Amino acid sequence: MSKARLMQGNEACAEGAIAAGVRFFAGYPITPSTEVAETMARLLPKVGGKFVQMEDEIASMGAILGASLAGAKSMDATSGPGFSLKQELIGYAALAEIPCVLVDVQRVGPSTGQPTAPSQGDVMQVRWGTHGDHPMIALSPWSVRETYDMTIEAVNLSERFRTPVILLMDEVVGHLRENVELPDPSEIEIYPRRQPKKTRAEGYEPFEPDEDLVPNVADFGKGYRIHVTGLVHDDTGFPVGSPKVTADSIRRLHEKIARAEDEIVKTESYFLDDADYAVVAFGGTARTAYEAVLEARKKGLKVGMLRLKTIWPFADKAVAALAKQVKGILVAELNYGQIVQEVTRAAAGACPVEFCGKYNMQAFEPDEIESQIAALCGEAVK
Amino acid sequence: MIERSYEKYFRQNHLPHLWCPGCGNGIAMKAIVQAIEKKPGFTQDNTVIVSGIGCSSRASGYMNFDTLHTAHGRAIPFATGIKLARPDLNVIVITGDGDCTAIGGNHFIHGCRRNVDLTVVLFNNNIYGMTGGQASPTTPVGKKATTAPYGSVDRTFDACKLAQAAGATYVARSTAYHVPHLVNMIAGGLDNKGFSFIEALVQCPTAYGRKNRMGSPANMMMWMRDNAVMKAAWDKLPDEKKTGEKFPIGLFYSQSDIDYDTAYDEVIERAGGAKK
Repeated sequence: MSKARLMQGNEACAEGAIAAGVRFFAGYPITPSTEVAETMARLLPKVGGKFVQMEDEIASMGAILGASLAGAKSMDATSGPGFSLKQELIGYAALAEIPCVLVDVQRVGPSTGQPTAPSQGDVMQVRWGTHGDHPMIALSPWSVRETYDMTIEAVNLSERFRTPVILLMDEVVGHLRENVELPDPSEIEIYPRRQPKKTRAEGYEPFEPDEDLVPNVADFGKGYRIHVTGLVHDDTGFPVGSPKVTADSIRRLHEKIARAEDEIVKTESYFLDDADYAVVAFGGTARTAYEAVLEARKKGLKVGMLRLKTIWPFADKAVAALAKQVKGILVAELNYGQIVQEVTRAAAGACPVEFCGKYNMQAFEPDEIESQIAALCGEAVK
Repeated sequence: MIERSYEKYFRQNHLPHLWCPGCGNGIAMKAIVQAIEKKPGFTQDNTVIVSGIGCSSRASGYMNFDTLHTAHGRAIPFATGIKLARPDLNVIVITGDGDCTAIGGNHFIHGCRRNVDLTVVLFNNNIYGMTGGQASPTTPVGKKATTAPYGSVDRTFDACKLAQAAGATYVARSTAYHVPHLVNMIAGGLDNKGFSFIEALVQCPTAYGRKNRMGSPANMMMWMRDNAVMKAAWDKLPDEKKTGEKFPIGLFYSQSDIDYDTAYDEVIERAGGAKK
């Protein structure tokens, strides 16, 4: 008997979080992410976890950071307007190195925009929304099952690197319903909370980096009496007004991610082996782009697709290699032109990069991408 | 030689503190550990101190516990997360008048409403001290600040009335002059299983006192002595005598009610979940 269940993307996100060990969720209602919170409210108490609906988006972000510091794997979910409000505390999590996952189910912006309509307009806000220099990890799923898997991956990455991780969904995937078969819990790899390797007597300092440059910060209530602050701090966790410590801290925050980039950054290739042209896409748009590529192939166009599973850090190497292989790249995304800037930068002039954007509150039709593929290939679609 | 008491509660290597000479924050900070000292259930390893941003909120760095110096106004949400994730920990919030009643105002009232088991101590110096003396929601009307050079026209919050109206289950006020009383007010808050709010009026001689010609720190404390009226006496005062700068101190409200975490345990039970 099949174990397949009809499930929505937002529900799969919540189920993935539970499977990943998330036991605390704080949220605030916002379309089109609300089902994540609703599902967490239903599932968390069943596993002894806790859900709290906070008074606003800022408070829910603060609550998950507090809970994470107290040892609970923690998550929050929102959409564009709420994501804007959380930016200050995303920066706090980056600097104070607090593991947490924030889900952003994108909708049309700016401002209240189009609340229930699909968009991929938060790509750059994810990267640069909070002030100051900081690294960022963001993943973007294209199916319900992948939403489940990527939520687990997001939790694991946040724990491993002690950094906020953004699950960048869009309304298409968030509200999509598909039959999915979930993995057996025994197949799921969980990255456990990092623990101190020394006692205070042995010279433990909470923010002293381990070999992978990530500190083993003790959870509250373990007797280490640590201090956590959003001020720039040294290994002890206490603020210092030193230019050297400031530079070293900012550099280490970036380096701990940069040096593991090859492990973090994931892409998927379709029909690229013999391709002369390529589409680059991510999230819900990649589903449509895939259909467009299939149609173009039927018409004899040698086109393939590179799907970005990791949005940040950007897949520089994969895109640079692709640009050297093909004669042209088409970037399809539901916005006025965001990830295309990164693709253009990474392609570094090795081939032309064209943009296929849409920002009218409707998802792409395969035809719209296919006609631009044809134009890129220099052939009219017959 | 005089024995220095309560030394263990402070991180000696991070003292002296950065507060100005004559500031009342140190008195309020010590009152918190004096209250903790009275409570056998509170140890340095099962108590977390959470603060926001501002002069008051630098206290967390000096206190020898697990401590968290959060973002401006956000101490109560962080503390809420800590308490719900680890109900066995005692969580104390240190905040200031700007931090708690301005930028953190929404979190403050909803913390009261939610009745999470937190003890919130507001160091009220009537001014934004860290940024150099701007008017706060507790700067009295007519008093001067760098952003109110002709006297403040903003009406003030009474943080205790606000807390009580919003649902806090323990509400009290004291001052940096009335130290044993302040300690008792805080200790009562630690006993309450629910959201406890204690306003500690503290003197800021550098910004507030200087702008408003209140004299030396000692003079500012004598002002507290002369104007604070114990609640029992205040309640008997006819309205026409509740004038000038007089204000009540004491325990204003105490009503035990189910705290959020205990209520949520029932949710876990109804959902059929095992307590972790």
